Amino acid sequence: MPMNATQPLRIGVLAIQGDYDAHATALNELGAQSILVRKPDQLTGLDGLIIPGGESTTFLKFLERDGFLKSLQSFVQTTPTFGTCAGCILLAKEVQHPHQESLAVLDATVERNAYGRQIDSAIYNGETSLPGGPLEMVYIRAPRITRTGPAVRTLAERDGFPVLVEQGHLMAATFHPELSSDRRVHQHFLDLVRNHQSA
Amino acid sequence: MSDLNGNHTTTTSLRLKVGLAEMLKGGVIMDVTDAKQAEIAEKAGAVAVMALERVPAQIRAEGGVARMASPKKIKEIMASTSIPVMAKCRIGHFAEAQVLQELGVDFIDESEVLTPADELHHVDKHAFKTPFVCGARDLGEALRRIAEGAAMIRTKGEAGTGDVVHAVKHMRQIVKDMRSLTVLGEEELYAAAKEFRAPYELIRMVAKSGKLPVPNFSAGGIATPADAALVRQLGAEAVFVGSGIFMQDSYTFAEPAEATIRARAIVRAATHFDDPKILAECSEECTGAMKGLAVAALDQSQMLQTRGW
Repeated sequence: MPMNATQPLRIGVLAIQGDYDAHATALNELGAQSILVRKPDQLTGLDGLIIPGGESTTFLKFLERDGFLKSLQSFVQTTPTFGTCAGCILLAKEVQHPHQESLAVLDATVERNAYGRQIDSAIYNGETSLPGGPLEMVYIRAPRITRTGPAVRTLAERDGFPVLVEQGHLMAATFHPELSSDRRVHQHFLDLVRNHQSA
Repeated sequence: MSDLNGNHTTTTSLRLKVGLAEMLKGGVIMDVTDAKQAEIAEKAGAVAVMALERVPAQIRAEGGVARMASPKKIKEIMASTSIPVMAKCRIGHFAEAQVLQELGVDFIDESEVLTPADELHHVDKHAFKTPFVCGARDLGEALRRIAEGAAMIRTKGEAGTGDVVHAVKHMRQIVKDMRSLTVLGEEELYAAAKEFRAPYELIRMVAKSGKLPVPNFSAGGIATPADAALVRQLGAEAVFVGSGIFMQDSYTFAEPAEATIRARAIVRAATHFDDPKILAECSEECTGAMKGLAVAALDQSQMLQTRGW
């Protein structure tokens, strides 16, 4: 067990915009401490970070200022980070439809709005490699992971495309586990954070 | 559960609708009238655009019957941007709503800015897969819209004026109404439902949680970064900016460079709404605001907010 296993983990939630409150609620329910991050200096001292759903184009606008992109880029190189939907887009090495800038740490290609518009949003039950049976997955104007590199492990798929992946200290989902009451995905991320600390 | 395989039962459908509203939180939704403005909005960091033929200030100035925008216009705007696109239908005009759903817009605003099509009934929003946002001036009105299936509420304010006073009034009213419910006993909620003219189940939900069961945004007269910060601090989870970005006055558009500066500053202010240092920077960046109309000087008959019930 790591030394600080009894201390609550300090997990930042990027709160530029989007459903950051839903992530904070999930983290608090699991005994972690959630910290809203709106400025680069707020990344200091975090054990991990969640980049929530929202509009990736809006996130990028904020990251362009005050050296935020650079700070975040060096943060995600070394600190556990979990991106959902727009967060997954931000982590990916390559973004298509349209092409846009990203943090480029997750060895994957992500296509924005790949399933269509809001009318094509859907909730599915799917198998994952997490214990506990099928998982509810809420897809809202979801992106699609069209390519993954050798270091990326797929934990769940939809129609043959990865929807939940991990690569070392990074995790990404194209759906929104924060919008379901099932907390297994967030728990998996917190476990990943603990393992990263003890490694 | 049988509704978890992509089939749209009411519950699944409502969760997906509210889900998109959740993604827009903390952001700014901007009124645009063409592809060029949509591009400016996306580049400035808008989370969504509202596709319109005319912005509210123009509708107010020009008069006549205001209807849904032409499909051609909406498609042009949809093709020009990667962020969600909303469009307005008239109150009660479910056929316009059907057209908007068919076009694939991401959100429909059943809006008092357009001329109402039904004096008694709003659209049955449960009948649609596309989510709806509706305006409200108080909690009762908000809950009546939610009962009809709205997935997002926004204050009505007084659209097209650039005067924030009624957006403030309506947000304060909704928050005050919600707070008043949280201190009531279980047995008092039935009378509260009668008083607010809203379904008991929704009244009970608000009494327990102290907030609306769907996201609560603000609209109607927001024109400056400080306006956006004001309504956010009063409880709005995101803001709609209509005429305030692209209009110089009620008839002429602002220069694109000017609109870009305003759009960026308001987006930044909506996120950093509780950080006066950043708000001061945003306010300084903004070199001007639409001229506007003082709501206090408007005749009752010119008020858009009294449309709907």
